[in-house]
Amino acid sequence: MAFLILRRIVQMALILLGVAAITFLLLYALPADPARMIAGRSATAQTVANIRRELGLDQPFLVQFWTYLANLLQGNLGRSYAQKTEVATLIVARLPATLTLMLAGIVVEVVLGMILGTIAAVRRGGAVDRLVMMASFVGVSAPQFVVALLLLYVFAATLGWFPMSGYGSFAHIVLPATTLGVLGAGWYARMVRSAMIDVLNQDYVRTARAKGLSSRRIIFRHALPNAVLPVIAMIGIDIGQFMGGVVVVEAVYGWPGIGQLAWQAIQQVDIPIIMGVTLTSALAIVLGNLIADVIAPVIDPRIRTR
Amino acid sequence: MFKRWLRQTTMATMVALAPMAVHAQDTPSQGGEIVVTYKDDITTLDPAIGYDWVNWSMIKSLYSRLMDYAPGTPNPVPSLAESFEVAPDGLTYTFKLRKGVKFSNGREVVASDVKYSIERAVDPKTQGPGAGFFGAIQGFEDLTGGKATTLSGIETPDEGTVIFKLSRPDATFLHVLAINFASVVPKEAVEEAAGDFGKKPVGSGTFILKDWTIGQHLVFEKNPDYYVKDVPHIDKFTVEVGQEPLVALLRLQKGEVDIAGDGIPPAKFLEIKNSADGAQMIVDGEQLHTGYVTLNTKVKPFDNVKVRQALNMAINKERITRILNGRATPANQPLPPLMPGHDKSFPGYAYDVEKAKALLAEAGYPDGFETVLYSTNTDPQPRIAQAIQQDLAAVGVKAEVRALAQANVISAGGTEGEAPMIWSGGMAWIADFPDASNFYGPILGCAGAVPGGWNWSWYCNKDLDARAVAADSMSDPAKAAERTAAWGKIFTDIMADAPWIPVINERRVVAKSLRMGGADNIYIDPTRVINYDAIYVKQ
Repeated sequence: MAFLILRRIVQMALILLGVAAITFLLLYALPADPARMIAGRSATAQTVANIRRELGLDQPFLVQFWTYLANLLQGNLGRSYAQKTEVATLIVARLPATLTLMLAGIVVEVVLGMILGTIAAVRRGGAVDRLVMMASFVGVSAPQFVVALLLLYVFAATLGWFPMSGYGSFAHIVLPATTLGVLGAGWYARMVRSAMIDVLNQDYVRTARAKGLSSRRIIFRHALPNAVLPVIAMIGIDIGQFMGGVVVVEAVYGWPGIGQLAWQAIQQVDIPIIMGVTLTSALAIVLGNLIADVIAPVIDPRIRTR
Repeated sequence: MFKRWLRQTTMATMVALAPMAVHAQDTPSQGGEIVVTYKDDITTLDPAIGYDWVNWSMIKSLYSRLMDYAPGTPNPVPSLAESFEVAPDGLTYTFKLRKGVKFSNGREVVASDVKYSIERAVDPKTQGPGAGFFGAIQGFEDLTGGKATTLSGIETPDEGTVIFKLSRPDATFLHVLAINFASVVPKEAVEEAAGDFGKKPVGSGTFILKDWTIGQHLVFEKNPDYYVKDVPHIDKFTVEVGQEPLVALLRLQKGEVDIAGDGIPPAKFLEIKNSADGAQMIVDGEQLHTGYVTLNTKVKPFDNVKVRQALNMAINKERITRILNGRATPANQPLPPLMPGHDKSFPGYAYDVEKAKALLAEAGYPDGFETVLYSTNTDPQPRIAQAIQQDLAAVGVKAEVRALAQANVISAGGTEGEAPMIWSGGMAWIADFPDASNFYGPILGCAGAVPGGWNWSWYCNKDLDARAVAADSMSDPAKAAERTAAWGKIFTDIMADAPWIPVINERRVVAKSLRMGGADNIYIDPTRVINYDAIYVKQ
């Protein structure tokens, strides 16, 4: 187990290095010039040249990348071009909001998905099953932006049950987390349903039924734990999806997370922020997968033998 | 012999101008707290660095400068300065500072702070965009070139006097001292902030930054010691960031927000305008803006002046104003109507498809030609570019629209021979200060027609450049009218060469709640967008 984790950590470091190199290269290759974005319209050519030199943007690619990497290894993400603030400060200020929203979103989608998936599997072929599958299809296909605005309009602007935007209390998180969760729940419902149907057809379930166990006990004690394994792997992958999805949801609900930060940085060609947010997201994704891999054998002992 | 040209104090001037600025409005009442929203986070409040239309008005209010503008007008008046005099040759400016003005850290503002602040704005290490504005001050090249660490042209004989020595007459110099980059900051606070003064600002303006929670809100409180009585009017304003314009508008209608800084999304504009309270919520104000299409004089066939003139007649500008819900008026010259020097009687090129075709045929393109039109990719700019594309097609010119992110369009414009035509929407020129010269140098003069410049027509007319220099040498205030006329003529004469198609003058829209008082021109002030010093809450 320890060896597995160690190997994964080395892999993680390599993945992050790769992400850093690719992102840096792409940003370098952009025709947009960060020095000119900072300098604005009225700046003279000399001002632009001075800014470029001060930022080290006149150096060759490898020198720039090496400088960035050397700073990164010392835990220094650099300063924002436009704001002059330490990138780490900006990310640390905003990361809790994004993580809270992601966690809440995952809870909503997993709980909702498992409930709906289980119901659908048990009532396979019936009207309830078809309704759930249709709803999950709609949920998966609906654009986040539209769902977010719809929820906002109905539950905040019209009914006034929740605040329209902001951050800080439980009431603030309900709508954004529901937006993220409803859309993801469709995937989980479908996955849990098919896994449950598989499990329910297995011999040991038939044995349990033959023993005369109640169907509730069969479903919750015997079937569901076996059907839950793909869900855990899915959450690990899902973090990547969420990192993309939060950008939209954060924008609509004015949620002060790193999605907003990234969006604005891209407009301004603020390379240190773009790099910082990309690396943070990549770290979250590989960490999520690592955790999923570590948890899986705990829940399902069969995996340990591999 | 110095010609004495003392001015009244800001207070007296503002009182004198107040009836003009807030005509037909009840007198401002004191007090009240308001909420302002923006979609984008505030990048920085460092006056040497901040240069976007959101932080511009906040920086204006956080700091004071030697000069400022009477609210809602383009007239520079002394502010931190009590009085000033200009030498007859226009090369020496002497300012007497107002006494007893304090920074929000408690220390008194002295002459050396003014010198330090401007040197800081020019110093390449600051990485500020505004260095070039101070190019007329002696020693400018030495500081930007790294040969000096101070500006030899700023002298401070005593704590209350600042003397500027210029290397050439600059009639815009008083405007230069009123722009944000000339804001006065205390050296010790800049050093204490260790590179992040933009988040820990200390100034001597009308407001003090009390709290900044990154990504959420900024709280500005009234500076009780501000040197003009009863300014500002409101006690506090909170800026909430990250607010989608549509959401901000809903909150405004519910009374949770007082000013939606991003205005009204195009899709909602007519609905709000036609609603019962809507008309009072919309502030639709003129700004110093011209939207134009650049015709690259270094790319065929735009090197032919007849082609450029023909395309000037081919664009249906009325239709483009309709795309913007009527929030614009057609333009026929580079200067916007609000700018001193704009020539109302100038006919320009009228919309005339037949004449355009005839002129194209005369130029040797009876069947038109193929070209590329660049545009930014945020709504409504691509739609406007398509309208232009259709107009061009009507005279036989097949233009491919290339809608890209703003940074990429800017890059293409500044690369020689790259972009034949650029629709300036989303990047259009909005003046830094209300003086015609600000519409020339970087965007139409030879100095801007360089790689990385903003003169995307790559138009360089040495004769007009000489006239521009001559006009900017007329720094004698008695010649102000003559100078304005000279500038106006430069811009109408430019149209003979037609390096641009001036298309529209767009108005800015801000949405405000019903309890906010004050004339429209302090919500869309030509020199500071929202004038936080002048707005007030109706009691």
